[in-house]
Amino acid sequence: MLQIACTLFLYILLVIPVGNYLYKVATFKHTFMDRILDKVDNTIYRFCGIDIHQEMDWKKYAFSLVLVNALMLLIGFIILRIQALPIFNPNAIGGMESTLSFNTVISFMTNTNLQHYAGESGLSYFSQMTVIIFMMFTSAASGYAACIAFVRGLVGKDKTNMGNFFVDFTRIITRVLLPLSFIVSLLLVWQGVPQNFSGNIIAHTISGVYQDIAMGPVAALESIKHIGTNGGGFFGANSSVPFENPTIISNIIELYSMMILPGSCVIMFGKMVDERKGSQKKSIFGSEGRTIFIAMGILFLISLALCYVSEMAGNPSLQQIGLSQAMGNMEGKEMRFGISQSALFTTTTTSFTTGTVNNMHDTLTPMGGFVPLLNMMLNLVFGGKGVGLMNMIIYVILTVFICGLMIGRTPEYLGKKIGGKEMKLTALCIIIHPLLILAFSALAVSMQAGLQGISNPGFHGLTQVLYEFASSAANNGSGFEGLADNSVFWNVTTGIVMFLGRYLAIVIQLAIAGSLMKKQFVPETVGTLKTSTVTFTIALVLIIYIFAALTFFPALSLGPIAEHFVLWG
Amino acid sequence: MKEFFKGFKKAILLTLSFLVICGLIFPIVLTGVSQLIFPKQANGSLIEVNGEVVGSELIGQDFSEDYFLKCRPSAVNYNTYTQEQKDNGDYSGVASGSTNYAPTNPNLTDRVAQDIEDFLQANPTVSKEEIPTDLLTASGSGLDPHISVASAKIQLEAVSKASGLSMDVLNNIVDKNTSGKVLGIFGEETVNVLKANLDIAKEMGLLNN
Repeated sequence: MLQIACTLFLYILLVIPVGNYLYKVATFKHTFMDRILDKVDNTIYRFCGIDIHQEMDWKKYAFSLVLVNALMLLIGFIILRIQALPIFNPNAIGGMESTLSFNTVISFMTNTNLQHYAGESGLSYFSQMTVIIFMMFTSAASGYAACIAFVRGLVGKDKTNMGNFFVDFTRIITRVLLPLSFIVSLLLVWQGVPQNFSGNIIAHTISGVYQDIAMGPVAALESIKHIGTNGGGFFGANSSVPFENPTIISNIIELYSMMILPGSCVIMFGKMVDERKGSQKKSIFGSEGRTIFIAMGILFLISLALCYVSEMAGNPSLQQIGLSQAMGNMEGKEMRFGISQSALFTTTTTSFTTGTVNNMHDTLTPMGGFVPLLNMMLNLVFGGKGVGLMNMIIYVILTVFICGLMIGRTPEYLGKKIGGKEMKLTALCIIIHPLLILAFSALAVSMQAGLQGISNPGFHGLTQVLYEFASSAANNGSGFEGLADNSVFWNVTTGIVMFLGRYLAIVIQLAIAGSLMKKQFVPETVGTLKTSTVTFTIALVLIIYIFAALTFFPALSLGPIAEHFVLWG
Repeated sequence: MKEFFKGFKKAILLTLSFLVICGLIFPIVLTGVSQLIFPKQANGSLIEVNGEVVGSELIGQDFSEDYFLKCRPSAVNYNTYTQEQKDNGDYSGVASGSTNYAPTNPNLTDRVAQDIEDFLQANPTVSKEEIPTDLLTASGSGLDPHISVASAKIQLEAVSKASGLSMDVLNNIVDKNTSGKVLGIFGEETVNVLKANLDIAKEMGLLNN
């Protein structure tokens, strides 16, 4: 308990300066890195023919994002298919099968990082670097660029200009992702994460047998995997493998790496709103940012508490056959992390949509597994690569609308009237996510090809299916890894869900911002519903839970909740 | 249309630039720097005895001898194998992970029940209730190098009998290979099984050729 509290407290101290830095990068303010990085950026702009003064409206911005992502998908697909070539391939890994390649490139380009392959046997080092690491940087940068553009639109300093996608994309990589990744990588190597290009090593053990020890450029992938809230591991078992996450210190570094930028985005948002309002008050989060940060914080802490308590309670069926459960449910967990750091990691990875795991989620207790599932269904508790903030603001708009109706006021947010068009887009945006999860889960359990993947009997089997699609739609990427998901059915369906879950949401959200941008500011009066109050924060949290319950309760009660009663009944 | 193609060209060049920067330059430079500053860790924290690699201090192993401490159950058998197992395909290559048994899966209870029985047979002085949770539950990676202090101590009596080493010596070995919580707050107390077993082998004189 104490270590969880200490870890979270230090996080708050860290997120404030980084949020401030991100705000400066987003608004082109001077930072200490400019002297060197301006030169680097200018070289890239010149090489690519990018005009930094070119302005983009929301359509152009969204189109550029999709275009760049599409090209990267194509290149990634080609590399995976020809990875058998002997370039950075000391373990002689063969080419990847086509539906699996399709799934893998979509998975990494959409920042999902769902993995239907195991890295140590399925990818050459060249693929690990030029597909996986490359896409980890670029998909995260795409997400943050979209978020910055979205916030610019909401803040509404300009009527049409959302910024320039190419410039935002470049600056995020050179000024945020690359420097952070380099430092974090070195810290991880210090703790014991390998970084080399040698082939796997065969040890002769003192028991007289052989042991294969996998090698590779692990640290380079490990840092951006968390900083970009990507989550795909170098090895099959992800951050539970000692070479990805060797010590408690590396575990905390990885936790902070995935938490730092999503939290910073909220601070950046708050500061950008304050700046437009011309507010003189120097507040850390900005008044509007505070509402969102606290709402996210409440949702996070509730999830964390539920997961921790459930895992500490252990597994009653093992208790019954005589194995003490005093340490909690240790099946699928690493000794060096124990229950505390495992529960914290599980809650964090699904709140911040990373999808990295330091314990196996399939082996969590029913209610312990309910937490990550619910977090992905909500998909707005901090969220990864800026997208969580965008989803949260969609719910803020909804809450403004509902509260406005209840007390009879015109719905306004950040000084803009919310009209019919924005509400229709908001409703559409909110409905896509559950639709993808529930419709595809229904499809999977009604087809033989889907049912074949299920590996655990009873209610848990349904949870495995729900989890896979929730993880795909939320672009999370963690899994109930028991699911035998490397089949044509699972590769193709989850590929489609990841693609729609990512791009439909981003395009609709940019459209909402683009539409709000054009509107005139309405002056704040006594009749304005204030969104920076405690009451509003509570209303926001309640509305999020009510919507989640309305959409997902039937499915959840047939999965984890039913399993819970079987186990404890 | 002209505008479109111009955007297309920019997108292609941007893609290629970052493919080279993030996908090649970053990992290669990082490898150079890591090899320079932390050569041991960057190469997998390998342990050598008499010039031969016997394992990595971060990766657990499967120990069958009764004079060694046992690691936790592993779904991938810690990637250890005999030449025979490799030849007949029982060992299918390097892997990681767990069997992913749900808490309600009967296979889980069957496995644990069997392991309890085996453990009690090998450690006749121990009663069932004393077995610590971690020792008979599988880790997530299948490569966990650690067990809890309680799990190490409970095996010592049997190990002492088989190895001929005194309990004092063995207790010292366990203490020596125990790492505490960082700053007394973060993490768990763990015993590194491979390092402890290397010390046991040393005490028994197995490592001097």
